[in-house]
Amino acid sequence: MAEYKQILNNYKALPGGLLEAYHAVQGEYNYLPGEAVREAAAVFGVSASQAFGTATFYSYLKIGKRGRYIIRICESAPCHIAGAAEIITVLEKELGIKMGETTADGKFTLEFTECVGQCQATPVITINSVPYTDIKPAQVPEMLAQCR
Amino acid sequence: MAEEQRIVLRNADQINPAKLEDYLQAGGYQGLEKARSMSRADLIAEVKKSNLRGRGGAAFNCGLKWSFVPTDAEVSYVVCNLDEGEPGTYKDRIIVQKDPQQLLEGMAICGHAVNAKQGYIYCRGEYPYVVELLNLAIDQARSKGVLGDFNIEVRMGAGAYVCGEETALIESIEGHRGEPRFKPPFPGVSGLWGKPTVVNNVETFANLPQIVFNGADWYAAIGASTYPGTKVLTLTGDVEKRVFIEVPTNVTLREIIYNYGGGVKSGRRLKAVQVGGTSGGFIPEYLLDTPIDYDSMRSIGATLGTGAVFVMDETRDVVDIVTHIAKFFKEESCGKCNPCREGTFRCYEIMDRINRGRGTLPDIEHMIQLGKVMERVCLCGLGQASPSPILTTLQHFRYEYERKLIS
Ligand SMILES: Cc1cc2nc3c(=O)[nH]c(=O)nc-3n(C[C@H](O)[C@H](O)[C@H](O)COP(=O)(O)O)c2cc1C
Ligand code: FES
Repeated sequence: MAEYKQILNNYKALPGGLLEAYHAVQGEYNYLPGEAVREAAAVFGVSASQAFGTATFYSYLKIGKRGRYIIRICESAPCHIAGAAEIITVLEKELGIKMGETTADGKFTLEFTECVGQCQATPVITINSVPYTDIKPAQVPEMLAQCR
Repeated sequence: MAEEQRIVLRNADQINPAKLEDYLQAGGYQGLEKARSMSRADLIAEVKKSNLRGRGGAAFNCGLKWSFVPTDAEVSYVVCNLDEGEPGTYKDRIIVQKDPQQLLEGMAICGHAVNAKQGYIYCRGEYPYVVELLNLAIDQARSKGVLGDFNIEVRMGAGAYVCGEETALIESIEGHRGEPRFKPPFPGVSGLWGKPTVVNNVETFANLPQIVFNGADWYAAIGASTYPGTKVLTLTGDVEKRVFIEVPTNVTLREIIYNYGGGVKSGRRLKAVQVGGTSGGFIPEYLLDTPIDYDSMRSIGATLGTGAVFVMDETRDVVDIVTHIAKFFKEESCGKCNPCREGTFRCYEIMDRINRGRGTLPDIEHMIQLGKVMERVCLCGLGQASPSPILTTLQHFRYEYERKLIS
């Protein structure tokens, strides 16, 4: 795994590179380690509060550990009326966690998201940013089994 | 199925989007070539005359916006808005996935008009696969030299709806929290890193190669006279065919739902359609014969917005859906201005109360008053537009609210 210090430094010279650097760190770790945000403040020459301010503003970025598979369920209106709530119920039941939580083995995290731009076939979930459309509750166990 | 008229999607499924050669064979980059043979002033005048209006929601005349960039500016930027956060919308994704070079060409045309050497595409974080395709397309264009000395870089958003607002988007590219700026100054004068910046939507840019190539008069004659051209629409919800279409702007909502969309699913009756995304107004059945162009939509208290068409059948619970939408705005309000931060919170609180059968008549009156204040005083379009679903459903479907009140 690339060191976050190295990753941050790769973006140091890029104008406005802080957000890109966060994306790159998260791409490697699946989350932003708190120390990486503190380090980013030093690398980009901003205050710690600015570095944390940016990191916490965006729903895609998360400070602190989460699962290897991040499952996001779209709850915007088109997905809502197509039965997103039923998908949530099955996911919570199958994984034994609530929305926003991570399984004890660190494998899965469940999160809400707003529209991910795949509304031609609702409801929609994403697993590590890959969209899956027209999800039926009965499909969920098999989808989870595919995640290894 | 009724005929579409494809301008920005004319190459869709006809060419391989990952191949610059295909685009060139289909006549690609001829618009840019023609643009570069024109003076900047003539190019801007031509685009202005075509009456192309922004496809990102605000419908501002594109050429007019470009003309605000000072002609003596040493550095200026072209920014493409691919944030596409409006729920129910995926047209910009389709436009790029089907034909990425067309977008690059459109941006380069703008670059020539405002003397910019650098362009940015701000792509939402939910579309990493689109970022990949764009980077490939940019690499190909660069090696082939078709963009000349115009350079394009992709930046990625990170899941914040407000970053679609042009000044919040600029803040985000600069690496900050995506909070909108006070206007004026407008980006055309002081935008990215304080330099003159043109921000346009993907679909706006994608129209330019054809407009320049075929001329302003060709474009101005298509569709509705005050908002000419075509619009890419995405049909979602209880519609038989959940598809994207590109149609002239004088087509009516009824034609869209029943001819292009195949009607309401399972032969049910229509209750409402929300056009323009989650901040759009709800439109009842009796107004369906309205054309979709920006001005016609405004005249019925709705908006064309992004061109999302969300269909709800007779069985849908409007109050429940609007409660959901109110929650969206509460979550997505950036918190910079008080009326939006507090207002979206209170709107959701009241909607939720009504939806759970605990609301009262004064709740409704307070919410109407609050919504009217927010429309006027919120800093940016997020807060200003957020009461629209509430106010329009109270106008057209008030009985659905009253039915849920404490008796
Ligand atoms: C909350 C909010 C979200 C917006 N989201 C988008 C968006 O996702 N895409 C877009 O092109 N414009 C969006 N806009 C409109 C932009 O501020 C801006 O008007 C537009 O990008 C200008 O391009 P155009 O003139 O080509 O339409 C949004 C505006 C607001 C207030
Ligand atoms: S509404 Fe769920 S993906 Fe668009």
